Amino acid sequence: MPAAEVVVMHTVGLHARPAAEFVKLAASFPCEIKVCNLTADSKFVNAKSILSVLTLGVQQAHRVRIETSGEREEEALQALMALIESNFGENRG
Amino acid sequence: MSRHARGIPVSGGIAIGPGWIYRPTIVKVERLGNQNLEIERARLASAVAAARDQINRLHQATREQLGQEQAAIFEAHLLILEDPEFIGGINAAIEADRINAEAAIAGAVEEYAQRLLALTDEYFQARAQDIRDVGHRLLCCLSGVQTGGVEMPDWPVIVLAEDLTPSDTVQFDRARVLGLCTVRGGPTSHTAILARSIGVPAVVSLAFPIEELHDGVPLILDGSAGELIIDPAPEEVDTARRDQSEQRALWVQQLRAAAMPAATTDGWVVEVVANIGSAEDARQAIDFGAEGVGLLRTEFLYLNREQLPSLEEQVRVYQEIFTVMGNRPVVVRTLDIGGDKAVDYLGIRHEPNPFLGWRAIRMIDERPEILRDQFSALLLAGKGVDLRIMIPMVASLEEVLGARQLFDQACQSLQASGQPVAAGVQFGIMIEVPSAALLAGHLAGHVDFFSIGTNDLAQYTLAVDRTNERVAHLASPFHPAVLNLIAQTIQAAHACGKWVGLCGEMAGDRRATPLLLGLGLDEFSMAPASIPIVKQRIRQLAFTDCQEIAAEALKLPTTRAVLDYLDQVIPSAQ
Repeated sequence: MPAAEVVVMHTVGLHARPAAEFVKLAASFPCEIKVCNLTADSKFVNAKSILSVLTLGVQQAHRVRIETSGEREEEALQALMALIESNFGENRG
Repeated sequence: MSRHARGIPVSGGIAIGPGWIYRPTIVKVERLGNQNLEIERARLASAVAAARDQINRLHQATREQLGQEQAAIFEAHLLILEDPEFIGGINAAIEADRINAEAAIAGAVEEYAQRLLALTDEYFQARAQDIRDVGHRLLCCLSGVQTGGVEMPDWPVIVLAEDLTPSDTVQFDRARVLGLCTVRGGPTSHTAILARSIGVPAVVSLAFPIEELHDGVPLILDGSAGELIIDPAPEEVDTARRDQSEQRALWVQQLRAAAMPAATTDGWVVEVVANIGSAEDARQAIDFGAEGVGLLRTEFLYLNREQLPSLEEQVRVYQEIFTVMGNRPVVVRTLDIGGDKAVDYLGIRHEPNPFLGWRAIRMIDERPEILRDQFSALLLAGKGVDLRIMIPMVASLEEVLGARQLFDQACQSLQASGQPVAAGVQFGIMIEVPSAALLAGHLAGHVDFFSIGTNDLAQYTLAVDRTNERVAHLASPFHPAVLNLIAQTIQAAHACGKWVGLCGEMAGDRRATPLLLGLGLDEFSMAPASIPIVKQRIRQLAFTDCQEIAAEALKLPTTRAVLDYLDQVIPSAQ
């Protein structure tokens, strides 16, 4: 099962627009996707659920772990990691 | 006897007027057992569908009236309605307990609300309000109670409420809201954000049982001090009126000065214009004294949708903004989206290096119709407008020629079909890739103007990913390498008789004003709120001094040295 860890650097954490983009991207894949907040020692939740992702309380500099399993699992993991690593593609001036 | 109550001040100003207590529809939920599984599931599904329709309409109305930022809250509400755990949990409760849909919804809403309230961060706690808002809407849909039937009085009032959700406030007629005051909520609550965006005073976390008050009670709301005065004495009203008119006079004075041209003490005049992304921004820009628009971002037209906007839709959106700007010049930047946002219908996928990837002008070989349509829409909407169009992310002359060819094609095919199009449109490019700055002399002959995007020019020149917080601070436009590219760009354009604008954050930075003036920049484009301050700054400076300052600054070897020098010759606090 593909899995990876990453630190969320966005100032608001996984909240507001970043949380929405994360969930929307996760929901676009057929596989099962789970995420947990390692910094807060949380349980894994469904990454396609906005409310579950919000209840992780991921703030700036928190580390999260993402696990994917099923159809297109590798691709889903890479896409979600890229989204977080690109800092959710903050606006350019 | 007047009574005083305290709360947290979240939006400044003084309001004097009658109170109006907002009492939202309360839907009582009764838990019923032994329900028919199929019927309850079907009721839930139709309530979700009805709620989705309502939220979609609210989203659209809010985006048109208040802009994208305010509307984002309803996008979050749509995501909640699509949440598989939330909706799945409600369905599971209906099945397991054989209860009615109302009870299942109420249970799920409170469970998530409590989990969010248990988090330590205030921003996360505030989301409990959103889940309750969505839950309330679902319950209203189920019971057939109309939401959106709030009857405000016909006269202006100070709105008092236990709490205000986005769905509540969007129904208010803003022209009749003098101020907002809630018992719950903090500085980041929806009430606070709304009050600041419409410019009325607001106090939250008010320590007072508002249910004791009646509609029409005389009030003074001081949004700067965080105080509500109930039944004020005549002398308290007098004092408040005096303070209020002083505040207004000061504001009017600042705005009046902002509306006047920006000329230096020795008579050098530059254009000060605004960066905007909506018709609402355009109105605000004019209030702040913008002489035009130096950057209209157009990405909003393409995001959050499944297919290209139709030509008619594009024309309508541009026309709305052009109408607000009247005969003032408007510079429109064509689509600048890349792999930092996946947009399926544009063929944009997530990329490991989105700022070095397939974006903006680089899309025209594969997808020329996107830019051609945008040109067509601008030409149709721009009749009688001082319209200027610029292409972002240009790195070579071929790209300028390619874009220009598409522009000419769009123009010719509209004219061939007999449609009246904008005349005298200026065609320009953004200078934000170092190669374009270095080639400015070659490019200048093929365009009418340049606009320097210093945010990206710094990022690309200094090899700094601005979205990476560990290095973002290194991307300073005051870095000598960036300054020299700016100077070179302006020089090359002027040698060819072309004008140059600058639309990065640097244009609104007071420290940069003397430097950019001295380099000969023709147009400063910035966030609307910065305009009064920068105009005032320009009026304090002499152009000849600025030329010397710029020449000296260009000789310095480091960012620190440049900033220290600028601070020393003309303190920015002046």
